Amino acid sequence: MTAVRCVDLCKTYRQGEEDIKALDHVSIDIAEGGFVCLSAPSGGGKTTLLNAIGGLDKPDSGEIYIAGRRIDNLSKGELAELRLRQIGFVFQAFNLIPVLTARENVEFVMQVQGVPAGERQKLAGEILDEVGLAGLDDRRPADMSGGQQQRVAVARAIVSRPELVLADEPTANLDSKTADGLMELFRELNEHHHTTFVIATHDKRVMSYAKRLIRMLDGRIVDDIVQDAA
Amino acid sequence: MHRLEILFRLAWRNLWRNHRRTLIMLMAVVLGTWAMIFMTALMRGMVTDVVKDGISALPGHVQVHHPDYRDDPSVANLIAVSDADLSARFNAAGFVKWATRVRVPAVITSEYDSRGVTLLGVDPEYERDLTFVDYDSVSGRFLESADDSGIVIGKKLAETLNTKVGKRIVLMSQDPDNDIADRGFRVVGMFEANIKAFEENYVFAGKTTVQKMLRIGDQVSELVVLGGDYRDVEAEYNKTVELIDGSGEVKRWFELDPYLGSMLGVMDGFVLVWIIVIFLALSFGLVNTLVMAVFERVREIGLMLALGMRPINILGQIVVESSLLLAIGLAIGTGLSWASVQPIKDGIDISIVGDGLDMWGMSSVLYPELLLSDVILANVVVLVLGFLASLSPAWRAANYEPIEAITKV
Repeated sequence: MTAVRCVDLCKTYRQGEEDIKALDHVSIDIAEGGFVCLSAPSGGGKTTLLNAIGGLDKPDSGEIYIAGRRIDNLSKGELAELRLRQIGFVFQAFNLIPVLTARENVEFVMQVQGVPAGERQKLAGEILDEVGLAGLDDRRPADMSGGQQQRVAVARAIVSRPELVLADEPTANLDSKTADGLMELFRELNEHHHTTFVIATHDKRVMSYAKRLIRMLDGRIVDDIVQDAA
Repeated sequence: MHRLEILFRLAWRNLWRNHRRTLIMLMAVVLGTWAMIFMTALMRGMVTDVVKDGISALPGHVQVHHPDYRDDPSVANLIAVSDADLSARFNAAGFVKWATRVRVPAVITSEYDSRGVTLLGVDPEYERDLTFVDYDSVSGRFLESADDSGIVIGKKLAETLNTKVGKRIVLMSQDPDNDIADRGFRVVGMFEANIKAFEENYVFAGKTTVQKMLRIGDQVSELVVLGGDYRDVEAEYNKTVELIDGSGEVKRWFELDPYLGSMLGVMDGFVLVWIIVIFLALSFGLVNTLVMAVFERVREIGLMLALGMRPINILGQIVVESSLLLAIGLAIGTGLSWASVQPIKDGIDISIVGDGLDMWGMSSVLYPELLLSDVILANVVVLVLGFLASLSPAWRAANYEPIEAITKV
């Protein structure tokens, strides 16, 4: 079964007098349980593609399917519901809600989903342990390092076991040991829960964990390699 | 339920994120609420004072007259039923207070001067709580019975006539046959009234004595009923109509004095306008606070939308935030206004600024009147209008594109 299918996606941004092609006839299929890295130099289109797959950005043309359902023509509310139920996000920066503690940030998505308080707290506690943040439950983002904040964001993205996790430079603010730990966690989830991961990254170590590496340049896919993960 | 919980948590914490701004806005709401309720209590007090003084100026809450009496308040227009018969009917009716009076125009003459006055023939036992005269403060004494042969006049009238307690005056009016009816009275007491005009216009004599002087047998000019609350006299009115059974014209106090009656309606409208004007001043601050709060949180609003929160929940969060701010301000402001009224509920002496107040029917002591209905009105108006005012910034927040908001610098 295909987790993500993009058909002939195009997206152009206007920058000053210039039109920038962020996506130029991009078509990809990502199988369920895939572990895919999107790699591109800055401005290459990987974040735009990730956002389009997550329903955060609309392509100018083309079609996007998540788990067989076309999403590029859904309403705002339907897209919000899709993101809430099926997709976990890890953004490059500004990932957490400043007025909530680490635990509350992790619980946030589950709370909006309507998960009962007891179950929510149990799952949040377990996932914070898994990402190495045991004992930091009550800290607010301002009292945590960048790496700790990123791990909380990852915990939030995976705690409700979404079918698809989209991560934009998830290790950008992490030291190498923490980054490796995080990638191990992603791989474990991928292998044991068949969660599909699509990760946009510059980091070669992150790419080494991927089963499939898609390279992009100027909004086009220039390379699509199936590889042995590290 | 879960969404509501997270909305309240986010709204509450965001509210205290910028303590200083929230506290300043809170102070504005508190002061505005205090001004709305406290000033309304003072204005209500003034109006109630005017109305009560007006009512104590003899109309009571409900009156009965001959149908022609209001056009021609002479001795020719008396209530058809005898005083004894009226007493029998009304004594058994359980009214708070009621009384019958003879009330006719007359001329009072001393050895120096004469004046036109309204002569009131009263039974002092029944009249005690229906009149503006405080019996215990009368210089000399008030009337002792319905057949008392003395007369009680106002202090100002006494000065005009150059008379005093113990001296004699002559009262002159007309009997039903249009013949002169006159009688000499000894001044037994002088009263003072909050409204100085009353001291010049009214004189009190025993009802039986006046009936004899006017040769009207056991008849009276008016019957007055006093109920519990001047704002609601329907029960007294209906009962009086039933008891009078077509023998006289029954009128409520606001029909007898339309000017006085209209003051209540005008006051209700004024209170609403006053509350809305203060709210409009507050709303600028409120909307500004919310716009700033939304502007500062664009990226996290984008994040919440990206994570799957629906736009309606973002709108709800901003509205809840505004409502919490208003609710706290309203609670403190209402409490403060109640506390401000307590030390002065027994009256404030405003005589220092009150020259001429009696022209408007007001006394020199102001009693603030804090009505629950005014408190509820102020709170509801502020909450409802506050909700409406917060919709604009909330709508703006709810309509952000998540990806644009989350990448906003």
